Amino acid sequence: MNYTVNNKGFYGDFGGAFIPEMLHHNINELKENYLGIITSDSFQKEYKSLLKDYVGRPTPLFFAKNLSKKYNCTIYLKREDLNHTGAHKINNTIGQILLAKKMGKTRIIAETGAGQHGVATATVCALMNLKCIVYMGEVDIERQAPNVARMKMLGAEVRPASSGSKTLKDATNEAIRDWIANPVDTYYLIGSVVGPHPYPDMVARFQAIISEEMQQQLLVKTGKKNPDKIIACVGGGSNAAGAFYHYLNTASVQLIAVEADGLGVHTSKSAATTQLGSEGIIHGSKTILMQNKEGQITEPYSISAGLDYPGIGPLHAHLFKSSRAQFIGVTDQEALKAAYLITQKEGIIPALESAHAIAALEKISFKPKECVVVNLSGRGDKDMKTYSTYLK
Amino acid sequence: MNRLDKLFANKNNILNIYTTAGYPKLNDTIEVVTRLAEAGVDMVEIGLPFSDPLADGPTIQNSNSIAIKNGITLDIIFEQIKEIRKTVQIPILLMGYLNQLLNYGVSNFIKKAAEVGVDGLIIPDMPIDYYCSNYKALFIRNNIQMSFLITPQTSIKRIEAIAIESTAFLYVVSSYAITGNNHSINQTQIKYLNKIKKLELKTPQLIGFGIHSKETFTSACSYANGAIIGSAFIKALEDQDTIKNKVNNFIKKLKQ
Ligand SMILES: Cc1ncc(COP(=O)(O)O)c(C=O)c1O
Repeated sequence: MNYTVNNKGFYGDFGGAFIPEMLHHNINELKENYLGIITSDSFQKEYKSLLKDYVGRPTPLFFAKNLSKKYNCTIYLKREDLNHTGAHKINNTIGQILLAKKMGKTRIIAETGAGQHGVATATVCALMNLKCIVYMGEVDIERQAPNVARMKMLGAEVRPASSGSKTLKDATNEAIRDWIANPVDTYYLIGSVVGPHPYPDMVARFQAIISEEMQQQLLVKTGKKNPDKIIACVGGGSNAAGAFYHYLNTASVQLIAVEADGLGVHTSKSAATTQLGSEGIIHGSKTILMQNKEGQITEPYSISAGLDYPGIGPLHAHLFKSSRAQFIGVTDQEALKAAYLITQKEGIIPALESAHAIAALEKISFKPKECVVVNLSGRGDKDMKTYSTYLK
Repeated sequence: MNRLDKLFANKNNILNIYTTAGYPKLNDTIEVVTRLAEAGVDMVEIGLPFSDPLADGPTIQNSNSIAIKNGITLDIIFEQIKEIRKTVQIPILLMGYLNQLLNYGVSNFIKKAAEVGVDGLIIPDMPIDYYCSNYKALFIRNNIQMSFLITPQTSIKRIEAIAIESTAFLYVVSSYAITGNNHSINQTQIKYLNKIKKLELKTPQLIGFGIHSKETFTSACSYANGAIIGSAFIKALEDQDTIKNKVNNFIKKLKQ
């Protein structure tokens, strides 16, 4: 099995660029240039230097003693929550902002769900002195208020998306429409491994630093660079793509992707794409998505704004269909419970998204000596309102 | 000769009106299209309502969501067109997004469309190379013609390639915009439209996006075979009046 993108932008049956002609020039320009630019020595030098001195990488690989005891195996947490701005999202925004600058773009647009990608985009725009506009669903503006305030303080304009379910899908639609209307000066900085080719491949490459570090850190800590299992949550799938990337061709490493079941897959309130979805096109990519029998895209639901998306990136659709990765669903309640567990056992308040990955530990059976890495994609400051409501 | 080729061979200043199926009410499609034909419109483009119409502005998006709430489905639309075809002879195009066709089964969709009397399709997110390698033969076999879009950013080489595959007409997007902008045609656009005109393409051309008045329609017609009006017509359908009056008033204003 091949897990890299082919020259037409496909992972197996999934991917491609199903875009209106209005975006062709920009997408083509990106496709022609991205590999040359991002693999060049000068780009890599600048990218790695910013990751080190600005983002604070490498992020620690922390041995979670108390969780390990509870689940009777060896659990490491990859601490993406310790990145500057509080999540893995900045690995990608640093890369794309350098690319946008090289391509001469002056106006940056982005979509955001949990606000972490919006904050990470606003942050690099402040750093590089570029104009920044972030589209965010009205529902998410409400439930992730601290991140809205951060974006504004960073100088970004936050534009509400008020159509559909008023969440990440709708914010993405608005960002795409903005790009159609402003194709010359604007760069669309996508926040996950979704959208038309070459975005999924490009974002995966920028997030691949997660598994690159994991290999080195595991080798030092355990004498082996391969764990037995890697667990990561999947909204669009960028933190999971980064955590899996350098292990995709190592069959002995089990890859576990965790989706948001919301109130449960048997209710109408869920975001469990692989369980409820079918093949189709969303945001310019052929993938698996939630849709009704008329091909209308379903409005998803999850307590976690970052997982509240009716599709997954094409790489993940391919990993699912080829059974390379196992997909597990976690409900709102299970995620909340896991958030309290890791907070009280390890002293780490996770993002609600990352809490889904922790909750998956309950659903997997481990052999005693097994080595498991959970990608802790972000910290929970933005979710304190939801957490304290739950405590009451 | 089929309806589209006949129209383009015999007429200039072609007026193509876009309307959303199932809007404002589920079964209004039939009367709206029939009245448009009676009012002398040259062809109609019927929008297949979609949850996530990426290339459309707020007015058409809104009409799409209302139609979906009204319960519109592709099968109902095919039934409505069958009914329309009992009296209406002008060309009918469908405009929708690829996910809707994939979900219905592209082959089923094309056969059904041909059967009820559809002449052509516009699918803005269908890549031209994907069309050629997967669907072109199917479309040709069923006499369903295709229109692809070009924009001010499309290179001349690409325009020529797209024109060849556009068997209905070439859809010339007039500016950097989603549907529904409201400006008059400016100098930059005139330069672009002149550039297209000078190419002397064999494929007929209609100008769309932002055509909303007699003035913009007339000036578009001086650069191409005609123009497409969408959002402005959908807005006119929002008025409180009979469909007959809404359609007649709108078309009268364009033609007087
Ligand atoms: C902390 C955190 N984890 C995970 C996600 C989900 O995105 P992805 O699946 O692209 O990693 C988000 C998205 O906002 C996030 O903020």
